[in-house]
Amino acid sequence: MKMTKIAALVAAAAIATPVVAQDLHFPMLNYRTGPFAPGGIPFADGYQDYLTLINERDGGIGGLPIRTTECETAYNTERGVECYESIRGDSPLIVQPLSTGITYQLIPRVTEDGVPLHTMGYGRTSAMEGETFPWVFNYPANYWDGASVAINYLLDQNDDSLEGKKIVLIYHNSAYGREPIPTLQNLSERYGFELVEIPVDSPGQEQSSQWLQIRRERPDYVIMWGWGVMNAVAIQEAANIRFPMENFIGIWWSGSENDVVPVGAGADGYTALTFHGVGTDYPVYDDIQTYVVDRGLAAGNGDQIGSAVYSRGLYAAMLAVEAARTAQELAGHAQITPAEMRAGMEALSISEERLAELGLPNFSAPFDVSCQNHGGSGAAMIQQWDADTQTWSLITDWIDSDRELIGELATADAAAYAAENNITPGCL
Amino acid sequence: MLYREAGDFKTSYASDNQTFPIRFDRTAYWAVMAVAFLLVPMVLTDYWANSIVIPFLIYVIAALGLNILIGYTGLLSLGTAAFMAVGAYSTFKLTTAFPEMPIYIVFILSGLVTSAVGVLFGLPSLKIKGFYLAVATLAAQFFLIWLFTRYGWFFNYSSTGQISMPERTMFGVVITGASASSTAVYFTCLIFTVAMAWLARNLTRGTLGRTWMAIRDMDIAAEIIGVNPLIAKLSSFAVSSFFVGVAGALTFAVYLGAVEAGEAFGINKSFLVLFMVIIGGLGSILGSFLGAAFLVVLPVLLKLLLVDGLGWPSDLARHLEIMIIGALIIIVLIAEPHGMAALWRTVKEKLRLWPFPH
Repeated sequence: MKMTKIAALVAAAAIATPVVAQDLHFPMLNYRTGPFAPGGIPFADGYQDYLTLINERDGGIGGLPIRTTECETAYNTERGVECYESIRGDSPLIVQPLSTGITYQLIPRVTEDGVPLHTMGYGRTSAMEGETFPWVFNYPANYWDGASVAINYLLDQNDDSLEGKKIVLIYHNSAYGREPIPTLQNLSERYGFELVEIPVDSPGQEQSSQWLQIRRERPDYVIMWGWGVMNAVAIQEAANIRFPMENFIGIWWSGSENDVVPVGAGADGYTALTFHGVGTDYPVYDDIQTYVVDRGLAAGNGDQIGSAVYSRGLYAAMLAVEAARTAQELAGHAQITPAEMRAGMEALSISEERLAELGLPNFSAPFDVSCQNHGGSGAAMIQQWDADTQTWSLITDWIDSDRELIGELATADAAAYAAENNITPGCL
Repeated sequence: MLYREAGDFKTSYASDNQTFPIRFDRTAYWAVMAVAFLLVPMVLTDYWANSIVIPFLIYVIAALGLNILIGYTGLLSLGTAAFMAVGAYSTFKLTTAFPEMPIYIVFILSGLVTSAVGVLFGLPSLKIKGFYLAVATLAAQFFLIWLFTRYGWFFNYSSTGQISMPERTMFGVVITGASASSTAVYFTCLIFTVAMAWLARNLTRGTLGRTWMAIRDMDIAAEIIGVNPLIAKLSSFAVSSFFVGVAGALTFAVYLGAVEAGEAFGINKSFLVLFMVIIGGLGSILGSFLGAAFLVVLPVLLKLLLVDGLGWPSDLARHLEIMIIGALIIIVLIAEPHGMAALWRTVKEKLRLWPFPH
């Protein structure tokens, strides 16, 4: 029934607009080069493979094929801006730069141009306040959620008390790495643990002085906000000073195979946050094999399939496709505009049933997006590395973040942004 | 034939001393000005403005600044990006503290602040020179970036240490912020670039420039004939930093809109500007333009050719781009160790004699 309805809509749209090229433009701002390529490549592959799957298996979204364009940012903000400028006139439906630095450049631009920006698990945390940031989305979880989930996990491990504990935050010295600091400082006051902040300058190949400091501080736990080559170096250094790996927690960007495999057996037991499932035990991977890999359409070298960050790229593409589907239903026609896509993202609802239909049962926590809340559920799980089997396994169920506290901090930050930029918050 | 001195009579001291002694050059100069001010704004697309022309103009200012220091005074500096950061953060602090202040005034004041900081870090140049001075300015690079990421006052205590440019207008036209039209931004950059190039050209052929060059060529000899090395070196640092500071202010305010000190003004940026000056030509105004074009415009053009033109994968194109630019740098420096400006000088010599070389 539904399909025929959409087909009818597509037919109607096809009659109504006969000349315009009928496709949905999904630009990809990737980085397959530079010091952050170990993270950029799997994400780009996952994103592209899922879109290829939708084209090959379903013939696109609502009958319209997806057109992808790729632009190399090298995780460099100037190149990111250049990439955005090159696609912004081509009615891009959703922009995902996979870089907090580029996100900060793009927030005012997409707001001006009316292009939806999705920063999944990165970017500006206070963008969850949809009334101030109508064009920016960061569902399903953000950095402050990550900080809060990590602390909640540690509370759970320590009978709900972190009194007198010492926690080190080792972070990439950039906008990205500094994001969690206000939340962690707030939580440290609340729970009485001591927070020691240790920055690592980009790209982070040299960290011996930082780890010397960590050895001197004798922390109970180390939390890491790292990316690219910094992760593997930090895990190696932690192994060198024999820091207990199970007390070392990375944010979701510090939890890929590329980070732990080079360290070998020393990385065994390392934990990281994740806001989606791990491994290839999901039906969607069979479809990717059939429709994408077997047809020789896999992105990149095709060697990243099933890795943690590949799954995240796939998840980002899945959310984008679902938002486009929602947008088509709301708009009543298949050839949606960026503004209609934004409405679709704001009405996005990911339920357990829908995830199962998509071949990703229990892959993520269910969540709804609304005009007020662009931030999703905020829940995350902890994954642990097993160096013998070379796999990540989930060791907890979904852990909720302290959304009350985060909402408070985000509202304050968004209000400051609105005041600086003369924005009157409100729903579009 | 066209390019010659013959028949172009200099009847006054001023005309004998002018920047372009050959009539053809003068005509070309006014033609370029006319194209830049009248034709380009009409045909400029947003993409070309924001990805190619605006960064090019801004880097020209930075390269001019560094050229004054390295090319004209012979003082090696690796702290260019840090001084650009000083310009950017001054703009941010000034414009958030005094929102009413006209934005062009803010840019110029930011340049002056950078000047003061530059003089401070230029003090060691009185005692040390060459590579040792390069290391001292390298300290400025690391210290200033550390300062800007460490102390919340500089970025108004924003949670991430990013600074973002609020919307500002000049004569009622929006200059900064996302809603600024690319034409307005282009004119802003063009006006500053032309004014700064004019300033640089006239400074370097006046008394000040001659004392700088005397210091560059042999500082002891210069001191003996009465050049005060203190004034010469520090004024060079001041003027150079002023240029670099304005370039940093423009990078932040009109080009990027939001920056983070370590990312936008890292050591790589210092090297980029240094390469521009070396490849373009030390001690040449034209060289600053050529160097900036080589390192800013060429990569984007290569990308347009390889990715959009030939349809190659973007990562392959990026790797090729690194190789091609690297190879071209080596080729240019082997063909003409004094930079592209010297290449142009040779061409000019040939042109004067053409078509009768004997």
